[in-house]
Amino acid sequence: MSATEPWVGRPLPRFEDDVLLRGEGRFLDDLSPVAHTCHAAVVRSQLAHAGIVVDVRAALAAPGVVGVLTGADVMALSRPFPAGIDSGTPQYATAIETVRYVGEPIAVVVARDRYLAEDAAELVDVDYDPLDAVLDPVAAAATAVHDRTFAYGDVTAAMAQADLVLRQTFHVPRFTCTPVECYAVVADWDATEGRLTTWANFQGPFTLHGVAAAALGLRGDRLRLLTPPDSGGSFGTKSSVFAYIVLMGLASRHLRVPVTWTEDRLEHLASSAAATGRTTEVEAGFTADGRLIAVRYDAIEDVGAYVRAPEPATLYRMHGSLTGAYTVPNVGVRNRVVLTNTQPSGLNRGFGGPQLYFGLERTMAIAAKRLGLDPAELARRNLIPADAMPYRTPSGALYDSGDYAACLDHALELADYAGLRTRVEKARADGRLAGIGIACIVEPSISNMGYITLAQTADERALTLPKSGNAEGASVSINPLGGITVRLATTPQGQGHRTVCAQVVADTLGCTPGEVTVMSEMDTASVPWTVASGSYSSRFSGVAVGAVQAAALKLRAKIDAIRAHAGDENLSLRRVAGMAHWNPEGRPAGEEPGLSAVAFWAPPTLDPPDDEDRIASSAAHGFIVDICAVEVERATGQVRVLDYVTVHDAGRLLNPLLADGQVMGGFAHGLAAALYERHVYDESGNLMTASLVDYLTPTAPDIPALRIGHLSSPSPVTALGAKGIGEGNTMSAPACVANAVADAIGRDDVELPLTPPRVWNLLDHGDGG
Amino acid sequence: MKPVAFEYVAARSVEEAIAALGRDEDATPIAGGQSLVPALNMRLVRPTLLVDLNRAGLGTIESNGVLRVGATVRQATLEHDLRAHPLLREALPLVGHFVTRNRGTVGGSIAHADGSAELPVCLAAVGGTIVAEGPGGRREIEPDAFFVTHFLTTLRPGELVVATLWPQSEEHEGSAFEEFALRAGDYALSMVAVVLRRVDGVAQNVRIRVGAVTDRPTGITGAQAALEGVSITAAIAQEAGRIAAAAVDPPGSIHATPGYLRALTGTLVERAVLRAWERAG
Repeated sequence: MSATEPWVGRPLPRFEDDVLLRGEGRFLDDLSPVAHTCHAAVVRSQLAHAGIVVDVRAALAAPGVVGVLTGADVMALSRPFPAGIDSGTPQYATAIETVRYVGEPIAVVVARDRYLAEDAAELVDVDYDPLDAVLDPVAAAATAVHDRTFAYGDVTAAMAQADLVLRQTFHVPRFTCTPVECYAVVADWDATEGRLTTWANFQGPFTLHGVAAAALGLRGDRLRLLTPPDSGGSFGTKSSVFAYIVLMGLASRHLRVPVTWTEDRLEHLASSAAATGRTTEVEAGFTADGRLIAVRYDAIEDVGAYVRAPEPATLYRMHGSLTGAYTVPNVGVRNRVVLTNTQPSGLNRGFGGPQLYFGLERTMAIAAKRLGLDPAELARRNLIPADAMPYRTPSGALYDSGDYAACLDHALELADYAGLRTRVEKARADGRLAGIGIACIVEPSISNMGYITLAQTADERALTLPKSGNAEGASVSINPLGGITVRLATTPQGQGHRTVCAQVVADTLGCTPGEVTVMSEMDTASVPWTVASGSYSSRFSGVAVGAVQAAALKLRAKIDAIRAHAGDENLSLRRVAGMAHWNPEGRPAGEEPGLSAVAFWAPPTLDPPDDEDRIASSAAHGFIVDICAVEVERATGQVRVLDYVTVHDAGRLLNPLLADGQVMGGFAHGLAAALYERHVYDESGNLMTASLVDYLTPTAPDIPALRIGHLSSPSPVTALGAKGIGEGNTMSAPACVANAVADAIGRDDVELPLTPPRVWNLLDHGDGG
Repeated sequence: MKPVAFEYVAARSVEEAIAALGRDEDATPIAGGQSLVPALNMRLVRPTLLVDLNRAGLGTIESNGVLRVGATVRQATLEHDLRAHPLLREALPLVGHFVTRNRGTVGGSIAHADGSAELPVCLAAVGGTIVAEGPGGRREIEPDAFFVTHFLTTLRPGELVVATLWPQSEEHEGSAFEEFALRAGDYALSMVAVVLRRVDGVAQNVRIRVGAVTDRPTGITGAQAALEGVSITAAIAQEAGRIAAAAVDPPGSIHATPGYLRALTGTLVERAVLRAWERAG
């Protein structure tokens, strides 16, 4: 090892930035991986629910048209997408005879260019026979396609003993990710080989590769999936591009031409994926001195028109963390999934976290008020103590490390909490509306692939292959000139994986990060991967880095053996590489020839669910304390964030610069959910937020400054002690901001997003609607 | 998101542009394209001919008491022109975004007549003029006689906006522009422009125009009358706001109720009146 300070832990600027800042990034739409590609336009439903009859004759006769893929073709060539539960409403790559949301694919027109394809798409005649649309998931709860109840401890008895029982319903609306780059797919069917090669800006999880292959009726090796070097962001949503991998794959197969499709913004907003909407009645029992002794959730989850894989995962991703950061011995939850005539749900940064913590953290704030306690004090009385770590929650999570009270102290200090209180009191004395919000949340990372099987009963699970864990693969190769190449299966979307992996490999092999080439382009035919590969649940720093390090360590051992065999421990890497490649007969006894290693790594704590439905739903658990102060302008209802402090314990920070970037991004996403974003459908199921004019994604000037603090409790269950950090503030900020606004205006019934007109309507002079 | 096929002519003069427009009743002029191109791509409009005005010699600003702004002068150019009326210099940074102002034109915004656009409200507030030219020759149109409703003006077929005329700020004049949008750079929910003079301690020539809550720049005559000849105080500005709130009747949207939009307009009028008054002092 180099005698200098390790590269891991340094705030190294990203290697990825140079090409991006020069405008030289290579996104899928910049590539032409296949010659003579034809262009697809998707015909989409204009109604929320209707029987359809499709006539494509005019489109087929239009100039430049190669052909049209219809629902009948899709039905003949493919199978429904497998999902976590059987909802009774199978989903194919297009609607089959019935459309179930505005924007649902009906047909694919393939033409020589996109202009001609769109011209012909207008000529596809769709005869709609309208059906009633379901738009209110709560009103439709009786039609739930999934209904499971869980109990840990004795919730009913504890509620009976509680001095204060709160019961309130909270709603988290559907919001989404809004990457700069929308979906893109190129599909090339090889009829002779019976093989589909696709390029897509897919982000994983690669469970969905299996879902796509199953829908296509292909063996896994017959669906080769590649990703481009750069991605214009995803934040979850590009997991659902798998549905279009299938759709364009079928178009290519049916029409015998390579097909390219780049989604436009209107398509993206209407029919890519949005987070689930969740309405949760939270019942919480406290003792008079502020101990939360029981909590019960009754959750109604709106997943849109279909249960699309990996749903109903949003409900179960946080299952081990139902009690958040608190020692609550009794917890129960009822989970219902309802289908509505809206776009299907999918991954969205924070996945399940915003939905859970909005109810829990709003409840804590309301309880503090009722109990006459400062919210920071109420949190402190309930936080899991440091000496209880590692801590097993009632629902099965194993919190791996952390000193939550120390984080709270650090946040209070960073925020100058007493000073902030004084500032708010002074504003109030001047007749203004000001308030403070706090959120204390656990940020789980590295999902257990088995958590989704909680959607089944223990008896049902016993009949199938157990599912668990979260493994990743990587390879490190050294060429004859000593050049080092790393291959990743993490499909990064801007996080900086290449930089961090170069730091890890540099430390292991004793070189500089600049000497390591990290290839983040995924290729299912050549990169070591697992069903868990991809970027989601903030698994990179904990798992993927472990695989990269393990591969590098294998090589390091071999390099050391060659050096020892040569009797020169200072032999250069280039020289070692030359010897390994050019003189394999001179290698040390017992060593394989070659200088390349593949390794896999998985955290050791992710068992399948047990018979009592307990699940270690994630491997690593960071902790976050957010404190914010807001002022609400009486005249306009505008919420101004006066100060926002976030303190993270994400274990060991592999690259503090990138970690802060992730925190800022997660915060922007969470603030968007708090103050700006939601999808709105009208009573007929028309999407009212169909463009960025009405879907209010905030831009840079709209995002307030964020002050970040870090503590570090290295994780004992990840390779380098790191935990995920990119999703936490998306989970915490909606609750924290809502707590502050509620404090400012003296209302418990604040609802997301807290746009000025909606806040104004809660004020005394509001007109109530 | 690709447009329907169309023909394209790059006019080298106003005469050429007018002639080209006259050849095709479904022709549309294009200048900066910041509203038109998205509408084309979304196929909301389907002109058969685009007549490009960017080379038609309409890109200059002249000043002789009145600022004559050629139709294809970029919004960003006017924003940074120190001769522009203070109201314009306050409102222009609120027109779209930095990058759209680099392409978007002053004349295009006027001719497009979006009820939520800042420039029509400003032109009406300062008492400016639209210069149009068509097959029937050149004419000057007052804003109140030009803007009809959303995206509709009294321009005749084949007629173009070639310039706008902006009076210079007068002595003892103060102005203010206020708008409220849900995001920086968004279409405003409501906007207000106020221009007045402060002579001998009282307000004169008070002009209040609102937009976004109306389908075209709309004067609030009741509030103007309440301020005329009066020494403006906070209470009087508030009263002007109340009058304005009662005078508008905006439809609601998924974002805001009519009640909110009325109250917001009142607030913006109150603020703009006070600021204009202070600046006039």
